Amino acid sequence: MLSISNLQASIGDKQILKGINLQINAGEVHAIMGPNGSGKSTLASVLAGREDYEITEGTVLFEGEDLLDMAPEDRAAAGIFLAFQYPVEIPGVSTTNFLKTALNEIRKHRGQDPLDAVQFLKLMKEKMKLVNIDQSLLSRSLNEGFSGGEKKRNEVFQMAMLEPKLAILDETDSGLDIDALRIVAEGVNKLRSPERATIVVTHYQRLLDYIIPDFVHVLYKGRIVKSGPKELALELEEKGYDWIRAEAEAA
Amino acid sequence: MTPSNQQYNQFKDQLLAAFRANEERLNGESKAPLHQLRRSALQQFERLGFPTIKHEEWKYSNVNSLIRQAFDIDGASSISEADMDDLQIPNLEGNILYFVNGQYKPELSRLVSPADHVQITSFADALKAEPELIDKHFARYADYQDNAFTALNTALANDGVVVRVPNGKTVEQPIILRFITDAREKNIASQPRNLIIVGRNAEVTVAESYRTLGDRSSFSNAVTEIVVEQDARAQYYKVQNESDAAYHIGTTQVYQADNSHFYSATVTLNGNFVRNNLNIVLNGQHCEAFMYGLYMPNGRQHVDNHTLVDHAMPNSYSNELYKGILDDSGTGVFNGKIFVRPDAQKTNAYQSCKNVVLSPNASMNTKPQLEIFADDVKCSHGTTTGKLDEEALFYMRSRGIPKDEAKTLLMYAFAEDVLSQIKIGPIREYLEGVVQQKLAM
Ligand SMILES: Nc1ncnc2c1ncn2[C@@H]1O[C@H](COP(=O)(O)OP(=O)(O)OP(=O)(O)O)[C@@H](O)[C@H]1O
Ligand SMILES: [Mg+2]
Repeated sequence: MLSISNLQASIGDKQILKGINLQINAGEVHAIMGPNGSGKSTLASVLAGREDYEITEGTVLFEGEDLLDMAPEDRAAAGIFLAFQYPVEIPGVSTTNFLKTALNEIRKHRGQDPLDAVQFLKLMKEKMKLVNIDQSLLSRSLNEGFSGGEKKRNEVFQMAMLEPKLAILDETDSGLDIDALRIVAEGVNKLRSPERATIVVTHYQRLLDYIIPDFVHVLYKGRIVKSGPKELALELEEKGYDWIRAEAEAA
Repeated sequence: MTPSNQQYNQFKDQLLAAFRANEERLNGESKAPLHQLRRSALQQFERLGFPTIKHEEWKYSNVNSLIRQAFDIDGASSISEADMDDLQIPNLEGNILYFVNGQYKPELSRLVSPADHVQITSFADALKAEPELIDKHFARYADYQDNAFTALNTALANDGVVVRVPNGKTVEQPIILRFITDAREKNIASQPRNLIIVGRNAEVTVAESYRTLGDRSSFSNAVTEIVVEQDARAQYYKVQNESDAAYHIGTTQVYQADNSHFYSATVTLNGNFVRNNLNIVLNGQHCEAFMYGLYMPNGRQHVDNHTLVDHAMPNSYSNELYKGILDDSGTGVFNGKIFVRPDAQKTNAYQSCKNVVLSPNASMNTKPQLEIFADDVKCSHGTTTGKLDEEALFYMRSRGIPKDEAKTLLMYAFAEDVLSQIKIGPIREYLEGVVQQKLAM
C-alpha cells in the first residue's frame, strides 16, 4: 500500500529525515517510536503533504502512485489521514460544517454524490457513538478552546467519519485519560480491516496494549534504526533508548 | 499655479458656484438662520479646501484622483423601476426609501410603519415644511469646522431623510435607505444628508446601503446625524457595495444621552475609494456603544475607517471590533480614537482591529489612539495584521478540502464574526452572499 524508499527531507539547511525506508501493506498496523526530535512528526507531515519541508531524495508510492507529487487534499481523497499531534484551532468553523465539507469534497473527488444533510447527520450520529464524543463539542468552533483530550478525540472522530485507507496517528494517545485511551484505541480497531493500514506514532507501550501492532520501528535522528515485532515496544519501555543510541552510533 | 492645481480648483469652484446659484434662487430666504449656517459651512469649505495627504487625518487616503475629475451635481437621472432589478436585496421588508443621485424617489419607495411610531420625511421636504426641527438639529452634531467634506455637505446637501421616533415607541420594521448612484451616462456627485432622532426609550433600526449603476465615476459625500435620547436604542448599519469607479466619503455622527444603546456595523465590500468616519459622543451615563466593521478591498480598492468614541461622562461602555481582508493591491486604513474625558470615570472602552493580508501587494495601516484623562477606567486596544493562517490551511487541506475552498472557508468565518452582528436578516444574507462571491474570486 505504502512504500517509502530513501526518503530525505529538510527544512532550511537542516536535514531532518535522512533516508527512511518503510513498506506498509494493507491490513497492517505499524508503530513508530523514538526519542523526542527524531523526526516522527516530520515523517507524518511529509506523508500528509505539508509544504514546509523540502524533499531532497527518495520516493513515496501510495497504491502505486507518486504520493509526493500530490496536493494534501488529493492525498486525503486518495485515502490518507493524519491525526495531528497538535490539532489546529479554527475559529468560526464548526466541526460539523468542516467535516461535511471535507467528506463531500472527498466524495466528489471519488465521483460519488455528496451526502445530504440527513445522510450526513445519520453518519455523524453513528460515528459519534463510536468515539463517545459529545454533540455540543461538534457544533463549537473546530478545536477552539477544546481540552487536549477533546482535541485528540475529535481527531479520531474525524478519522472515523472519513474512513481513510491509511491512517497516521501522531501521538494521539498523549494527553488522554485511560478511558479516552481505550475509546480511541477501539475507534482505531473498528477501522482495522484487510484493506486498511495504520501508522501509530507513540511514546508509550500502553497504547500498543490496545492497538496491537504488526511491526514496531524505532526512528532515531531521521533514520529507522531498528524494526521488530510488537515485543520491541516492551523492550523499549523497559530499557529506554540508550541501547538503541549505542547501537546506532556503533553502526 | 500648475495645471493640475487648477484642475483641483475647478471642482471646488463648481461646488462654490452651485451654492451661490442656489442662494440666488432663495431670494429673501437667504436671511434665515439655516441659510446663514449653510453659508458659514460653505465659507469653511472654501477656507479648508480639499485635504491633502499632509493633513494628519488624510495621511493614507489621497483624494487627488477624486477632485481631479468633473462631476454632474444636479441629481438628474432617467432611472426606471426596471433598472432597479439588479439592485434588489431579496426578501427585504420594511420601510425602504430610494435615493437616486442624492434625491428622494417617493415613487420607488415604500413606507410601512405606522405614522404614530415613526415619522419619516425626506430631508428636502423637512427643509421646507419643518424649518424649526431642522434648525434645532441640523449640523448641531457633525463638525464642519475642521472637516472639509462635512462642511461641503452641510452647505450643499438638499436631500436625504429625516427620521423621528417619538418617545417610547419601538419601530418594528427596519428603515432602509438605499442610495443609488446612476453613473451610466455621466460622472455623478451627490451629498446625502440624514437626520435620525430616537426619542426617549424608543427603538429603531436604520440601514444605509450604497450602490452604483454603470461604470462612470461617482462620488457620494454623505453625512448622517443620529441622536439617541435617554433610554433609547438604535441599531445602525452602513453597507457599501459600489462600483470600482465609486468614491464614498461619509461621516456618521452619533450623540448619545443617559442609558442609551447604540449598536452599529459598517460593512464595505466594494468601491474604489471609501472613507467612513464614525464619531460617537457618549454624553450620558450608562451608555453602551458597539461598533463593528468589515472591509474587503481587493483590486485597487481603498477603504479607510476612522472611528472616534468620545467618553464625556462616567460609567459608560464602548466596544469596537473592525476586521479587514485585503487582497491584490487593496489598501486599508483603520484609525480608532478613544477619548476618555476627565469626568468619565468608570469608563470601559475596548477596541480591536484584526486584518488578514492575502497578497504581498496589499497593505493595511492601523492606528489606535487612546487619550485617557480619567484614572479609574478600563480601556484596551489591540490591532493585528497577518497573513492567512497556514497551519489552519494545511489542517483543512489534509482533510480533503481544496486549497481555495479552505481559504474561502477560513476567511468567511473571519468575516462572519462581523456579519452575524447584523440583525436585518435579508441584509445579512445578501452581504454573506457578496462576501462568499468575493472570496471565491
Ligand atoms: N519548522 C521547523 N523548523 C525548524 N526545525 C524543525 C521544524 N520542524 C521540525 N523541526 C526539527 O526537526 C526535528 C524533528 O522534529 P519532529 O517534530 O519530527 O520530531 P518528533 O520525533 O515528532 O518529536 P516528538 O517526539 O517530540 O514529537 C526536531 O529537531 C525539530 O526541532
Ligand atoms: Mg512529534
